[in-house]
Formats: sequence, structure tokens, C-alpha cells
Amino acid sequence: MSINVRFWGTRGSIPAALTAKALRVKLVDALVAASGRDLDTPEKASAFADTLPFATSHTFGGNSSCIELRSEGAGRVLLDMGSGARAAAGDALRELKGVPGEFHVFQSHLHWDHIMGFPFFTPAYIPGHKITIYGCHAELEHAFRRQQAQPSFPVDFSVMAAKIEFVVLEPLRTYEIAGYRVTPKPQVHGGDSYGYRFERDGKAVIYSTDSEHKVEDAEETRKFIDFFHDADLVIFDAMYSLADTVSVKEDWGHSSNVVGVELCQLAQAKHLVLFHHEPAYDDATIERVWRETQRLEEITREEHPVTVTAAYDGLEITL
Amino acid sequence: MELTERRAGKTVVLAPAGRIDMATADQFRERLIPLISSAAAGGESVVLDFSGVDYISSAGLRVLMLAAKEARSSGGKIAVAALQPLVNEIFQISRFDKVVACHVGVNDAVAAVSAPA
Repeated sequence: MSINVRFWGTRGSIPAALTAKALRVKLVDALVAASGRDLDTPEKASAFADTLPFATSHTFGGNSSCIELRSEGAGRVLLDMGSGARAAAGDALRELKGVPGEFHVFQSHLHWDHIMGFPFFTPAYIPGHKITIYGCHAELEHAFRRQQAQPSFPVDFSVMAAKIEFVVLEPLRTYEIAGYRVTPKPQVHGGDSYGYRFERDGKAVIYSTDSEHKVEDAEETRKFIDFFHDADLVIFDAMYSLADTVSVKEDWGHSSNVVGVELCQLAQAKHLVLFHHEPAYDDATIERVWRETQRLEEITREEHPVTVTAAYDGLEITL
Repeated sequence: MELTERRAGKTVVLAPAGRIDMATADQFRERLIPLISSAAAGGESVVLDFSGVDYISSAGLRVLMLAAKEARSSGGKIAVAALQPLVNEIFQISRFDKVVACHVGVNDAVAAVSAPA
């Protein structure tokens, strides 16, 4: 069975909306590029838009972390409840057409940008839906309840009418959940975070966000190579440049595109997705980092090629 | 890994060779940092001649960060020169070209670190 990976929120730390000024720059760039062309139908204009740089024709989006895994015969899986969870909820409810659904949510950690979407996750308010939230932090349930307590949010967690359960997982133990083999792995991040390896029918997806890699620690690097080994998709925290992660942003708990490429090459993973984009970056900057990362993979490749993609809100990848 | 040393006036020119990666970064650090310290203690600057370096990984680049910090804290100067095209691109993509001064030729680097502050 194939696995469909949908990215509902890809921004790091805090949601970051596209501004009117940034949109106008894209519009002006597109109009200048279109000058003198025959674009008098939507089809011609759409085909022309496909030729523009990604940062001109699209936006990477600004919702914080939320990803969905779909696979025929498997349960509905969500990775983190960042602000992207609101759109994921709307999509699920449209698809369910009033039928109660079951959701399996895996939390990398409990920082606000990774839980802030839950108060807007509509199925949580509807009787009949069942939501199981998994994580490795003992404070898992407390963190979700606390963010909806007065005076932070007007609707208390207790008002949510769905059946909501919390399950604390043991790191490095493999579980069978919702049709996947799921293994959480400890990562370096303030207050700890956990990556997850999801396996199903010979396919493997790694979700590894909010994870700092101490590149001088060869033993820990080898553990990540094992964790990523032969993965079909590695969703990787590439928030900062390598130079920043070993200098001014050392111990900030995040990683870089360079380390993502290295780990995927050593682990023989097939596809690296740059994730948890720095909120200060505009679309042009994220696209530049993406193209540079593709170039880095190309010039440092030995035999094993790794596809490099920059995640954006709305991206879908089918494995 | 190889690391040869020569002098150009008041500058120590260190020339590593081969790959600086997870397997060799510790060795590079153990050789490099004491040389940076002793050069700074003797009032000498350091130029790293990278013409013989085929590849440098994140672990190797971190050693350069440590070397730059060590040089700065000791009041010394450090620069990198003669990067091969592939290594030059790695420096740019990792933004290490913003961390350590990079020069096209070793003589340019020696002149730069020898100039009065």
C-alpha cells in the first residue's frame, strides 16, 4: 500500500503569514516575466505560471508543524498539532461527511508551536470522534489541557466532546499503531523532543523535527544513521544554516540542510524534505536554501542519490 | 589525515590533505587546535591552505569554527585559502564563508592576516 504524506504546516517556531508587500513583489515579478506573452486564457496563464520560480508562483506557507499520513487500510495519522492542524481538521471533516472519525496524533514535543492548533481542531468538539494523542513526554496531557485553561483560551479542554485519550510511549520501543510500526527516538532539543519512524508495507517515513545534531558526537550520529536507514522519506528540521547551528544558535535545538543531506546520504535514505522553516525567511530565501541543498546533494553524492524537497503548506508526497 | 606546516614570515601555513569528515574530524581537531594556540601565543597568524582538501563535512567545518574561536580568544588571526571548487561550494552553502575569511590564494591570505588591524 502506498503512503500519502500531506503537509499542513511547515513553518518553525511561530506561524508566519505572507504579507501584502511580499505578495505584491511576486505579482510584479510575474507580470514582468509575462510581458509580451500571449496569456489570454487560464490554461495558458497556468502553464506560464509553472515556468516561474517557485517563490514567485507559490508560497511555502506559514502554518506551524502538522503533517498527515494516509494509507489505504491504515488509520488517520497526524504528526504534531501546530497551526496547520486547523486546515487538516477541515479536510478530514469534509471527507468524513458526518461519519465519526478516529485520529492518531503523534507529538514530537510539547512546545507551543506544536500544540497550538489543537484548540482549533474541530473534530475534538464533536461527539463521536475519537482522538488518541501519543508522545513520550510525561506532561503530554497536562500540556494540552493547560493551553486551553483560563486566561489563555476561552474554551476549556473539558468542553471538547470527542473521546480524547493520551498515551505516553516509551522511546526506542516499536509499537503497532493504526496500521504502522512506530518507533520514537530521543532527540536533542530544549525539554527534549522525539523523532518517529513509521513503517508500513516496506515503506518508511521519518519525522524528525526540532532536533539539534551535535556533529562532533560520532556515536549519536551513527544512531541517527540507523534510525534513518533506507527510509523512503525523511522530514528534517533544517531551520538554520550549519554555521549558525555551531555558533550563535548552538544549543537552540535545531539543525541545518547540510546535516540533513549528510545523514540521508549515510543512511541511504531516498528523499529529504527540508522542514520547520525559519519564520524570518521569506519565500525567496527558502527557495534559495532549497536549491543550494539540491546542489550540495549533487556535488557530494557518491553513488546513492537523495531527492531534496522543501516542504510547503499543501505539499503532498506519495510513496 | 595529513597536516603539514610551514612558515611565511610571521604566519604559520597549515596544509591539511584528503577528506575531513566524521572519520577524520577528531584527528584534525587534535592536530589543529594546539597549533592555533601556539601560533597565537607566539604572535603568529594562521593560514589554512585547503588546496589538498577534497571534501569537508559538517564535523570538519565545526573544527574550523573551534579553530576560529581559539584564534580570536588568543588574539590571533586565521584565514582559509585555495579552496577546491567543491569545498568552496560547501563553504558557501553552509555559510562558513561568513565564519572564516576565505581567500583565493595562499599568498593573498598571508597578506591579509599579516596586515595591521
